[in-house]
Amino acid sequence: MEKIEGKICEISGPMVVAKGIGGAKMYASAMIGEKGLVGEIIRIDNDRATIQVYEDTRGLYLGEKVLTYGKPLTVELGPGLLSSIFDGIQRPLENIRNEAGDFIKKGVHIKSLDRKRKWRFTPAVKKGDRLEEGDIIGVVGETPKIVHKITVPNGVSGIVEDIKDGEFTVEDDVAVINGNRIKMLKEWGVRNPRPYKKKLMLDAPFITGQRVFDFLFPIAVGGTAVVPGGFGTGKTVIEQTLAKFSRADIIVYVGCGERGNEMTEVLTDFPMLTDPVTGDSLMNRTILVINTSNMPVAAREASIFTGVTMAEYFRDMGYHVALMVDSTSRWAEALREISSGMEEMPGEEGYPPYLATRLGNFYERAGKVVCLGRACSEPGESNERVGSVTIVSAISPPGGDFSEPVTQSSLRIAGALWSLDTDLAYRRHFPAVSWIKSFSLYMTGLKEWYSKNIVGDVNALRERLLGLLQKAEELNEVVQLVGLDAIQDSDRITIDIENIIIEGFLRQSVFHDVDAFCTIEKQYWMLNVIFRYYDEALKALKRGVFIDKLLDNACRTKLLRMVDCRNEDMMELAKALINEIENIWT
Amino acid sequence: MDLITREFQSIRYISGPLIFLEKVRKVSMGEMVDVMLSTGEEKRGQVLKITEDYAVIQVLEGTSGIDTSKTRVRLKGEAAKFGVSEALMGRIFSGLGEPRDGIPNFIPEKRMDISGLPINPVSRDKPADFIQTGVSSIDGLNTLVRGQKLPIFSGAGLPANEMAAQVVRQASVKGGEGFAVVFGAMGISSRESFFFIENFKKTGAMERTVMFLNLADDPTIERLFTPRIALTAAEYLAFERDMHILVILTDMTNYCEALREIGSAREEIPGRRGYPGYMYTDLASIYERAGRLKGKKGSITLLPILTMPDDDVTHPIPDLTGYITEGQIVLSRQLWKKGVYPPVDVLPSLSRLMNLGIGAAKTREDHRGLSDQLYSVYAKGRDIRKLSTIVGEEGLSDLDKKYLNFVDEFENRFIGQGEVNRSIEDTLNIGWELLKIMPKTTLTRIREDLIEKYYG
Repeated sequence: MEKIEGKICEISGPMVVAKGIGGAKMYASAMIGEKGLVGEIIRIDNDRATIQVYEDTRGLYLGEKVLTYGKPLTVELGPGLLSSIFDGIQRPLENIRNEAGDFIKKGVHIKSLDRKRKWRFTPAVKKGDRLEEGDIIGVVGETPKIVHKITVPNGVSGIVEDIKDGEFTVEDDVAVINGNRIKMLKEWGVRNPRPYKKKLMLDAPFITGQRVFDFLFPIAVGGTAVVPGGFGTGKTVIEQTLAKFSRADIIVYVGCGERGNEMTEVLTDFPMLTDPVTGDSLMNRTILVINTSNMPVAAREASIFTGVTMAEYFRDMGYHVALMVDSTSRWAEALREISSGMEEMPGEEGYPPYLATRLGNFYERAGKVVCLGRACSEPGESNERVGSVTIVSAISPPGGDFSEPVTQSSLRIAGALWSLDTDLAYRRHFPAVSWIKSFSLYMTGLKEWYSKNIVGDVNALRERLLGLLQKAEELNEVVQLVGLDAIQDSDRITIDIENIIIEGFLRQSVFHDVDAFCTIEKQYWMLNVIFRYYDEALKALKRGVFIDKLLDNACRTKLLRMVDCRNEDMMELAKALINEIENIWT
Repeated sequence: MDLITREFQSIRYISGPLIFLEKVRKVSMGEMVDVMLSTGEEKRGQVLKITEDYAVIQVLEGTSGIDTSKTRVRLKGEAAKFGVSEALMGRIFSGLGEPRDGIPNFIPEKRMDISGLPINPVSRDKPADFIQTGVSSIDGLNTLVRGQKLPIFSGAGLPANEMAAQVVRQASVKGGEGFAVVFGAMGISSRESFFFIENFKKTGAMERTVMFLNLADDPTIERLFTPRIALTAAEYLAFERDMHILVILTDMTNYCEALREIGSAREEIPGRRGYPGYMYTDLASIYERAGRLKGKKGSITLLPILTMPDDDVTHPIPDLTGYITEGQIVLSRQLWKKGVYPPVDVLPSLSRLMNLGIGAAKTREDHRGLSDQLYSVYAKGRDIRKLSTIVGEEGLSDLDKKYLNFVDEFENRFIGQGEVNRSIEDTLNIGWELLKIMPKTTLTRIREDLIEKYYG
């Protein structure tokens, strides 16, 4: 590729302007100064280029050289990604620490993937096979449980002329296809979505083990959920909980402009925890992209694209990947900072007018797709390989005000809103998801899955639950004005049931030994019991049972203690409780 | 550094705290400069922006007296640095790190860049040691751990300083290890500075304290440097001298106002309420310097204090702070007016790292459950208190009356402890005593076996 060299003629915050750099390409990466700081060209004016710098610009001088090869900002893809920890532009933080110490210095150049490590490559094709792009040519056991599938690179197809078997580094040739030498290492520009054959309808739920999500506001595998909330409402805990318990094959966790100590918790906890799908160490299904709030702001802007590109890469192998972003607001702020440095005309709240477009580009990289290539490389077979990327994006609205542009732009695209409520957080009701403001648009597509896969009528129960919560909300407003005594007894029971549901169903502690992950079966049985109690209480009221007896009895406490029951014991407990409920007021 | 000093006499434009210097050669981003007035007075400045035609310099001591003809600017060839050594202890410095106590400066062991470098996230060690502050509302409900950053959100006239001084006096970890204190003051009044100095002297804390004071009448722009110098001292003492450091920064509101002043002088597009759009990033570069490092004995625990303008927690300063720090302690005017000290409003207060510092091995097995239960009863009780103002106390059920009683007792006895230093056991026991006001069946957030053990 052609090398173009210019000189710095202006430095301002995270941006430099280079002159004499005619022929440079938009969004090409550049190396700035003697130390070769990494940057990306974001504006071209004749022979001048404005470059956002992914490292601290202090100490740079005018006249230092700027180099570009016209290559876009890319990430490396290949074995060695899993259980790695990268910064926003995919530099391996462990290796940076080994080289540069405890603090991140500038101008450290380390390749994302280890060049020396050898991987056991097992071919899946033989000489003479005819392959198309995306076909699997061989596999590497990247972790004890996760198979890394090496595919034919995009744009390559034809006859296998050579295929190897043995231990190789990511840069060694493992195959020759139609004259192209194939390595395990691939590179991909972070701002270009990786191609696929077609997108699919979303029809399976993304199981999180959290009652309020799975039962009330589920997202589909391949869907997008946004989680806005003021500070202290538990966004990060939700992201981390999903990363721990959700039923995904691979988790890419992007800590975008957030706290260092939180990432430390992830780094120390995850290796100790068990992957709920494979039973292996949780860290082995996880890739971390960490750009904490004090790391360079431009790299924060790149971090979510770095994350989603790696997620797509694993999707293309036929895996179900979940991408956790914490938080998208910090990404948007980085965008704003760079935009205002370029003196662009600001839109709402100082954000650039293209904020919604960029957010849309990002969220639309979620989805369930038919991957390029065939599921099986046996010639003649044509079955499809399906993979997905599910995005859960935390948003930190200033002042907890959801009318701001990042929340609003996200809401227009996302299929589920998990709205976090400051008032619930103040009461230590976690997850602090508002059952009034949240929604899920995936329900219609998921109903069939629920009725097929769960015993009992989950869909009807959910409708009933939503109806009750809405009714109780209205009643509570009345109570605020006139007091509890002034409303009908049946309404008092409704409010009491709402309290039981809030305290004993919607609230779920991530620190609880058995309740941290709740199966949909347990969720179903818990609610079944509560509604049975509701029905019996209403019947008893009609029979003339005194209201105090209906609001206070030994069984009520047992309902609140159902959370302590193990998933596998719940059905039995539920049947016993229902038996008891039928006899309380007789 | 170059042997030839580079001097320029080409100031062309002066506005607010900024000067624009023309035809500067060999100037680097972030470099420090000396501004030499014709009167012989010297001021310090820092390069903010460089173009082919000019360099923008912010002058720390203000631009009064600077002219375009005679004032000269000398480039220092390096970023702002602060000389450190163990002789820091017990000293009082200005907001720019010059001695303020009349004692000559010490010979530094080395000079460190005050901006610091971001800690590599993989080098961080998980905060895990419970700090007993002796304040029940913190220890019991919003536990502080070593390496945490936990701000106090105060309001004008609320006793945040008293509370910070009490924490400094009482803070200890199990095993009795104490803390050394790095104190950074930005724009506080001399009355407040006397309060801290006197308090530290009286309690003997002064010998293990370093103070950096930028008072209300000191130059505003200096305030941008004070917390960075304080944290540089803290990093040296913690990570190179193995000490446990408690950093108090007060008042961050003044710091943010200085930041806004520079932003508007640079004609930047303002963000919310005129504060610059990069304020989050800027505050993070201060707050994120707290923490622990793997393989190092020392730690930095950060307690910034800020004043919420008009007690508004959604104001950008508390808002952005809350998004960066690991929780917050919020003070309440209502409680303070009722005579409750320390007037901590526990509902909006939070410690995100609490779980790392509590439990059977660290405090007591019932800590988590007890704290959750106290929160839940108190929150419910506050609702009932609100309701009782509408329907009157007669309209309340017996159970509701118990809630009301609990709320009052909780505020007076648990939160309003006064200047007493309470052990964590005392704090937890008082919590249980208060829970006994409530019937056992209402306590559903604590494990049943713990209720048996402690409720009786």
